[in-house]
Amino acid sequence: MRELQASAITEAVRALCIEANRNLPEDVARALRDCRAQEPFAPAQEMLDLLIRNEGIARETRMPICQDTGMAVVFAEVGQELHIAGDFEQAVHEGVRRGYVEGLLRKSVVGDPLRRVNTGDNTPAVLHTRLVPGDRLTLTVAPKGFGSENMSRLRMLTPAQGVEGVKAFVLETVKRAGANPCPPMVLGVGIGGDFEQVAELAKRALMVPLDAHHPDPFYAALEQELLEAVNETGIGPQGLGGRTTCLGLHILQAPTHIAGLPVAVNVSCHVTRHATAVL
Amino acid sequence: MRHLTTPLSEETVKSLHAGEHVLLSGTVYTARDAAHLRMMDCLRRGEELPIALEGSVIYYAGPTPTPPGRPIGSIGPTTSTRMDASTPTLLSLGLRGMIGKGMRSAEVMEAMQAHPAVYFAAVGGAAALMAECVTACEVIAWDDLGPESVKRLTLKELPLVVAVDCYGQDAFALGQAAYREQQAGRA
Repeated sequence: MRELQASAITEAVRALCIEANRNLPEDVARALRDCRAQEPFAPAQEMLDLLIRNEGIARETRMPICQDTGMAVVFAEVGQELHIAGDFEQAVHEGVRRGYVEGLLRKSVVGDPLRRVNTGDNTPAVLHTRLVPGDRLTLTVAPKGFGSENMSRLRMLTPAQGVEGVKAFVLETVKRAGANPCPPMVLGVGIGGDFEQVAELAKRALMVPLDAHHPDPFYAALEQELLEAVNETGIGPQGLGGRTTCLGLHILQAPTHIAGLPVAVNVSCHVTRHATAVL
Repeated sequence: MRHLTTPLSEETVKSLHAGEHVLLSGTVYTARDAAHLRMMDCLRRGEELPIALEGSVIYYAGPTPTPPGRPIGSIGPTTSTRMDASTPTLLSLGLRGMIGKGMRSAEVMEAMQAHPAVYFAAVGGAAALMAECVTACEVIAWDDLGPESVKRLTLKELPLVVAVDCYGQDAFALGQAAYREQQAGRA
């Protein structure tokens, strides 16, 4: 059985926190440039130019792209043939601590939701762990800003509301969010499962490369239809009007109960960040 | 493009209109959720605020830590709506301008007419770019709040949009309507 030291996990998470906050993923950067090329409204073109310049400045100056360097959401896929020497979860949190302290990233986490004292090192991370075949560990760090997270919503629809209910809920969520989540946004839509699974599906949908399409043609068509509808709202970059309201929308679905149709929309911004390493 | 310097006079505020692009220079103060709660506590207890509000501008922002050799880390606006509850009180005490992102409540927009004030939108998420418009940063109150402490910033030509003016107009509604009009004209 392959062995991996917990210290290697800490080092990888540290580096991924810093990398994700300084360098926008190439698919998101490309989507910004593509949307800029297609944007017909002059004020929105100017806004998109600023966002593209910002992304370049962050890369060159090694400064965070956005001051909200987020809560560190960490996805771990642990190969079941892998033995981790040491405390896995502690290793992840320690990596977040080092990344946020050494990388001069903002400490945006309070230790208790009601008593609200800043933990001072951005820990703990939100950690999702899955056991998978093989002997590797895949780590993805996705810092999530809360300007957009706050605009996210979940609803338990009825089966009778069906696909029309899902579409209406997504559009209602986008319109309510308006200028707040730093549009152009990225949308992750979860459909099915149960209450907590649908939220995680929506979060995972934010990690899908923006230029990818759903493998199921039914959902690929729904993604396309929703993306066009969102870009018809006219909200535009920063909510100041324009076509470019959404850079990309992905759906992840799961089996659900005969009585239910859960749907969750995780709203993200034009700084949709994630970085991955395989150990 | 119009250049403005703080403190803002009532006359200047009255000359600004939603949708206008400006460059702002001078002193502004950062305060976000936690600092607003503390300011409201101060007022309830009859204590003095760390900021002299008359003619001042508050920037809803919490920067990343300052790297060596730079005046400030990345800094962009946070969502203003979360400060709406305390804003009418601060406006009644002389607050003249706010910088943030996103929409404001009807109550805030009304208070901005009663006590002439302007709400500017900065470019949400463009924090590395906007850091280049800050030449000095100093914590002046509540250091224990970390990123949420009150800081005095010196701005040099920060690009902003007048998002809500003192006449109840907002750039989001106007901009989206202008876009729809342009699209209708093309159809």
